[in-house]
Amino acid sequence: MIRTREQIIETFLLISAFITIFTTVGIILVLAIEAFKFFREVSVIEFFTSTEWTPLFTQKHYGILPLLSGTLLTSFIAILVALPIGLAIAIYLSEYAPKQFRTYVKPSLELLAAVPTVVYGFFALTVVTPFLQSFIPGMSGFNSLSAGFVMGIMIIPIVSSLSEDALNAVPASLREASYGMGSTRLQTAIKVTVPAASSGIVVSVILAISRAIGETMIVAIAAGQQPRFTINPLVPVETLTAYIVQVSLGDVQHNSVEYRTIFAAGITLFVFTFILNSVSHWLKNKYREKYE
Amino acid sequence: MFTEAEIMDLIMTKDSKTEHLVNDIIDKPVEEHKITTKNVNVFYGDFKALKNISMKIRPFSVTALIGPSGCGKSTYLRVFNRMNDYINGFRLEGKVVIDGVNIYKDKIILEKLRKEVGMVFQKPNPFPKSIFDNVAYGLQIQGMKDKHFINERVETSLKKVVLWDEVKDDLKKNALALSGGQQQRLCIARTLAVEPNIILMDEPTSALDPISTGKIEELIFELKNEYTILIVTHNMQQAGRVSDRTAFFYLGELIEEGLTKNIFLNPKEERTENYITGRFG
Repeated sequence: MIRTREQIIETFLLISAFITIFTTVGIILVLAIEAFKFFREVSVIEFFTSTEWTPLFTQKHYGILPLLSGTLLTSFIAILVALPIGLAIAIYLSEYAPKQFRTYVKPSLELLAAVPTVVYGFFALTVVTPFLQSFIPGMSGFNSLSAGFVMGIMIIPIVSSLSEDALNAVPASLREASYGMGSTRLQTAIKVTVPAASSGIVVSVILAISRAIGETMIVAIAAGQQPRFTINPLVPVETLTAYIVQVSLGDVQHNSVEYRTIFAAGITLFVFTFILNSVSHWLKNKYREKYE
Repeated sequence: MFTEAEIMDLIMTKDSKTEHLVNDIIDKPVEEHKITTKNVNVFYGDFKALKNISMKIRPFSVTALIGPSGCGKSTYLRVFNRMNDYINGFRLEGKVVIDGVNIYKDKIILEKLRKEVGMVFQKPNPFPKSIFDNVAYGLQIQGMKDKHFINERVETSLKKVVLWDEVKDDLKKNALALSGGQQQRLCIARTLAVEPNIILMDEPTSALDPISTGKIEELIFELKNEYTILIVTHNMQQAGRVSDRTAFFYLGELIEEGLTKNIFLNPKEERTENYITGRFG
């Protein structure tokens, strides 16, 4: 009786594990097949070199570069915000703050990541953009600056939390050695702990970038829906994710080239985040070896 | 741990090596002690880790702090560069005077104190940087920019610890690639590079093999010509070999302090004798 029950539970657990694997494989397969169909009709060269993305217009162009530049621009702005703030928080928490303070502050910081992204999106559109417009007159209502900025705030906990873990993993003996030679806390942090934790910090930044690239709601709401090949942060752009939302919600006919563009955009997105996650995974392992 | 005969043997070999020092420095009254502690009590919260320690340490001598684990010898060592300050609930009463300055009372800049009082730790702890950067670290944090000066100081420091010939061709190599013994000598060189005048050593050879240990001990012997050294050790033979004076700690108290020879041959206290002959500890 007990044996059969054990066996049922075991099978159930195994199935659960397989479901996730099958789902992942299924998603990749669908992406790949649809993207393949897309590339039978659109040349790969045009896809990667054309600077116009107008599949929904009569004059069709299928250049992914505008979407890619929109994605990278908003992510770049986000990381510009999240890296210094997140790292400063991590250094403060691991090198200066009393232990008790840390146990309260860290979870509350992680709350930032729990705010629904649609709220962030509205915050960017209705608060940050008008605020910035009062300084920057020519700024459009939709722009990558405020979307990127708010996205940066959203990913601060990823940078701060993982970086703090990395800093904490630096052996206390290194700090002691540094203090013992007459360094201040700041010198110890900048010259010893941060360099020693650098791989962990890089991992945190990569994961944060990966999160920013995949972020959809904030950019769909606040960055606009105009594919534009630009690095100007003040004008509307469209990211890969925002485009996918736009088409999914629209009335594009299934099984058309227009429809398949979202799979092409999707697989581009997937390849990007996959590479970033793999690099961070590889770095994490490498860094684990160093201290264990 | 040792038989009477072994201890005799130990002391005899030590004596032949250090006789001149015993005659020259150790018994001669000194005008001023390098370090004086008076009625030092150390607390960690409610726990009293050191009880009423008074002790004087002569310049250019090696003092061994011995005693069973938890006796307070490491705490006592870390009193002198205020490394205990980082421990929660740490509190010190009494006077700790180095070169005439009470390091717990007067306006002390910790960074300056630690430049004067260097420390070598139990486990070699080089920074994950190049050999050169490890030794240059102390100078760099002081804001030293003169490359020529730094180069020279790195070289002399590495020569002092007899590591120069082994590493001079790849100073750019990561210090973690060195062997344990080399790493510990590098850590000593790193300490010497800022020119302290006191060196605290917290069981500096406990993680090393006998050959590396021998090298470090020889080094300590050389270094005392220029520095005042305090060394915590669990190894009685080491205390016998390298130190001029020995202090025996037990349960937070300083039981006995005196010439190493006397502590080992004619301890006044029974507890000291029991410990060094290995009856407990």
